[in-house]
Amino acid sequence: MFAALGDPTRLRLVARLGSEGPLSIARLTDGSDVTRQAVSKHLRVLAGAGLARGAREGREQVWRLEAARLDEARRSLELVSRRWDDALLRLKASLEGEPQ
Amino acid sequence: MTTDRIEKEIVVRAPRARVWRALTDAREFGQWFRVEMEDEFAAGAPARGRITYPGYEHLRLEVHVERVEPERLFSFRWHPYAVDPKQDYSSEPMTLVVFELDEVEGGTRVRVTESGFDRIPLARRAEAFGMNSQGWAEQVQNIARHVGETK
Repeated sequence: MFAALGDPTRLRLVARLGSEGPLSIARLTDGSDVTRQAVSKHLRVLAGAGLARGAREGREQVWRLEAARLDEARRSLELVSRRWDDALLRLKASLEGEPQ
Repeated sequence: MTTDRIEKEIVVRAPRARVWRALTDAREFGQWFRVEMEDEFAAGAPARGRITYPGYEHLRLEVHVERVEPERLFSFRWHPYAVDPKQDYSSEPMTLVVFELDEVEGGTRVRVTESGFDRIPLARRAEAFGMNSQGWAEQVQNIARHVGETK
């Protein structure tokens, strides 16, 4: 899933869906220098990673973020981050408490 | 925004040689990491141990040591979200942990970088997080577990 986020175009798509709410491919392609085909492909990668979901609404395919997934990604990295903070503090404490 | 790696650093008021020993002598490593190591660390070899953190003694640690460059760099690979001692994680991608030491004013700077998260499957991370969230709320002040989150 992290790989799905590691592309600048995909990150921009995620940012737009996050701030503008559900959007059609047409809207997502508008005003960007990426082709509709490329946007579609990126959206499929995001969908494959469980980060976004497309649904047919009338004649359009509308895309929305799966916020829970993004949250999990962010939180699991935070978990790892906190573990390392604590581990390094313990290393430091174990060495600095020693008589010189 | 990088989602693939985490970088941390800390300055320890102790000589570089002393810090190196705390990282690479398996018994010393275990004391602050909270694991009872059964193997010494050697480049190219696995090293296993038993987690000694209270409540998590059923979990095991296994690292695959990569580089041991005296007093400068120590690295290994492991499975960061391995939570179930009965499960085989051997076919899953591992992350790389690299410790680097530098002398700085007042002591030794320890930098640790863990990378490779992009290749870890979502399901594994979600499971690890879900299983751990309650434990974390309680343990966050105490912790230090690098491996095995869990119940």
